[in-house]
Amino acid sequence: MTIQTTQPRLAGWGRQFRPARELTPESLLAPSRDAVLSRGLGRAYGDSALPPASRPVVLTTRRADHFVSFDAGTRELRAEAGVSLATINRLFLPRGYFLPVTPGTQHVTLGGAVAADVHGKNHHVDGGFGDHVTSLVVRVGDGRVITCTRERDADLFWATIGGMGLTGHVLEVGLTMRAVPSGVIDEELTRVDGLEAFQDALAVAATRHRYTVGWIDCLTRGASAGRGVLMAGDFSRAPGAPVPRARERVARLRFELPSWALGRATVRAFNEVHFRAFPRGTTRRSIGWEDFFYPLDRVDDWNLMYGSRGFTQYQCVLPERSARLGAARVMNVLTRRGGASFLCVIKDCGPEGRGMLSFPLKGISIALDLPLCDGTQALVDALNEEVIAHGGRIYLAKDSLTRREHFAQMEPRLAAFQEVRRKWDPRRTIRSAQSVRLMGDAP
Amino acid sequence: MSHATGRRVVFVGATRGMGRALSRRLVERGDRLCLLGRDAGELARAAADLGVRGASAPPTTVACDLSDPDTIEPALDAALADLGRLDVVVVTAGEFATQEALEAEPSRVSRLFDVNVRGVVLLCEGAKRRMLAMGGGALVVFTSVAGERGRASNVLYGATKAALSAYLEGLDHRHFRDGLRVLDVKPGFVRTSMTAGLREPPFAGEPEQVARDVERAMDRQRSVVFTPRAWGPVMSVVRGLPRAVMRRARF
Repeated sequence: MTIQTTQPRLAGWGRQFRPARELTPESLLAPSRDAVLSRGLGRAYGDSALPPASRPVVLTTRRADHFVSFDAGTRELRAEAGVSLATINRLFLPRGYFLPVTPGTQHVTLGGAVAADVHGKNHHVDGGFGDHVTSLVVRVGDGRVITCTRERDADLFWATIGGMGLTGHVLEVGLTMRAVPSGVIDEELTRVDGLEAFQDALAVAATRHRYTVGWIDCLTRGASAGRGVLMAGDFSRAPGAPVPRARERVARLRFELPSWALGRATVRAFNEVHFRAFPRGTTRRSIGWEDFFYPLDRVDDWNLMYGSRGFTQYQCVLPERSARLGAARVMNVLTRRGGASFLCVIKDCGPEGRGMLSFPLKGISIALDLPLCDGTQALVDALNEEVIAHGGRIYLAKDSLTRREHFAQMEPRLAAFQEVRRKWDPRRTIRSAQSVRLMGDAP
Repeated sequence: MSHATGRRVVFVGATRGMGRALSRRLVERGDRLCLLGRDAGELARAAADLGVRGASAPPTTVACDLSDPDTIEPALDAALADLGRLDVVVVTAGEFATQEALEAEPSRVSRLFDVNVRGVVLLCEGAKRRMLAMGGGALVVFTSVAGERGRASNVLYGATKAALSAYLEGLDHRHFRDGLRVLDVKPGFVRTSMTAGLREPPFAGEPEQVARDVERAMDRQRSVVFTPRAWGPVMSVVRGLPRAVMRRARF
C-alpha cells in the first residue's frame, strides 16, 4: 500500500472546489496544535471552512464526536465539536429534549453551529445558538487549550461564537437543551400576497408562535411581487402526541443535474405550482419535527441540483428601522438583474446577540440561493451596496463573493474582533480562505 | 436471539473506528456493555459517550491488554462480575501495520501476532468457556478480508487474520450445537484512524456502515459477514484467482 499525500479538492456546500484536503482524526487534541482551520460537515456555502491556499489542509471534526455528559436537571449537554445536530436530535427528542436553536439543516456539527452562531425559526424569541452555549473548550492559536464561559475569558467566548472558527479550534461545546412536549409541530400556513404584507404577517406571527419563517417567490413582479407562504408552528402539546423517529434513509441525488435545470423558467414554474399548492388564507396541520425544521434534508446532496457551476447563497439582515425599504430594494435588485433564486427565505430576527461577529440583528433577514454564472459577482456587489446603504450585513456562513471593502463597511465590529484574535493568536496561525478574502489574512 | 435488546456485552475495542460505531449502536438499542481496553483515559471517554447515547449509567471499564496474556482472564472475571452474565463478546481490537513497516522493524511482527492471534484467541477461549457454562452466547470477532488470500501487499497482517478466521470457523463447528454463535466479521477497507493515510481502494466504507452490517448479521445469526457488502463478491473473485495471477498482482 502506498501513502496518499494529496486529496485534491475541497469545497463548501456551494461546490466551488479548490485544491485542499481534510484530516479526519478521531481526536482533535493533538492534530489541532498545528492545524490552520477546523471544518465540520462542510455545510457552510462558501469558503469559510476552506483553508488558505498556502496551508491547504483543514482539520475535519466529524469523527471527534464523543458526548461528554448530559445533566437532566440543568439540561446541559456537553459534547465534542464533531457531534452533529442530527445525532443530538435522534438521541434526545425521544427523551423530550430538542436543540434550543437549529438552522435549516441538521447536518452541521456543534463546532460549526458555534462558529457560525447559527440561527433558526425561533430567533425572534430565543436568539441565536450562542445564546444557549454555556462553555467552550478552544485550542487557541498560541497552542493553549482554554475553557471559556460567559465569566471566564469571556472575550474569547464571545469572539468564538459567530467567529467563523478564526479564534481557535473548538474542541468541546456545552449547551442547554430545550424540554419539548412532543416531536410533532402544530403548523399554520398562510398565503401572503406581497413583501409588505409578509413583514406584517411575520410580526403578527412572532407574537403567537415560537417558530416562524417565510418562503418567497422572488420571480413575480408588480402587485404580487414578494408573494409567498408564511409558516408558523409550535411543538404540539396534544396529549399523546408522538415523537416520530428520525429518517433512517433519505433520497439522494447521485449526480449533478445539468446547469440549465434550475434556470429562470423552471424556477418560475416550480414557484407557481408551489404557491398554488397552498389554499388562500390560513391552513393548519400537524407535521413531524423533521419535515418542519429540515425539509431540505429530505434529499442528500441536493447541492448537486445546481450542476457543475456551483452556487452561492446570499443572506443579509436589514435593521428594523430600514427593513421595509431595504427589503424591497434588495428584492428589486434581484429581479432587475434577472437573478433566479430557487430558494428565497425571509425571517424576522430578534435582538442582536453578544457574539462579536454574529450575523442576526433586530430586523429582517433575507436568504437567496444564486446559481453561479458570469453576472453573479456583479449581482452580489449590487446587493451588498443596498445592504450597506440600509445599515445591514451579510451572513458569513453563506458568503463566497463579498469584497473586502464591502465587508469592512458593513462590519464596524471587525476591529474589536481582530483585537481578540490578536490576543489569543498573535502569530495569526488560524485563518481561512474567507478570512484571507475578507479580513486581509495572509494567503 | 433475533433483535434482542438488553444483552450483556463485553466489548474489546470500543474506543476507536468500527468498534466505536458498533458499541454506539448496541447501547442505543438497549444493550448493557462492559468495555475492555488498555488506555484508561480513552476507555473513560468512550464510556461517558456511551452513557449519554444509551441514556443510562456509563458502561464499566476494565483494564485489559491483548498483548499481555496475564491481563485477559482477570479482565473477563471483572466483566462477568459487573454484568452478571455474558450474552455477547465483541472483539474489534487489533494491531495493524503495513507490510513495509513490518519488514523494516521485525520486532513489530511478534507484537502483531501476539495481539491479533494469541491475545484475541485467549480472550475468545476465556469468553467461550464462560458462555458455554451459562448455556451459550455469541462471539463477534473482527478479522479482515486480508485473511482471505495470502497477498503480496500484506503477507504478515493477512496471516494473523487468516489464523483468526480459521480459529473462529473451527469454534463454530465445534460448539454450534452447544449454543455458541460465532460471527467472523471481515471488513474491507474502512476509513478509520487505522487506515488514515493509506490509498483508498474502491468500495471503501465508513465505520457506521460496518456497524449497521454487523448488527444485522448478529440479529440474523450469520457466521461470516463481509462489510461493506460489496467486499463479499470481490473476495469470491479473489479467492478463485490462480496463483500465477496472484504472484503478479500487487494488491
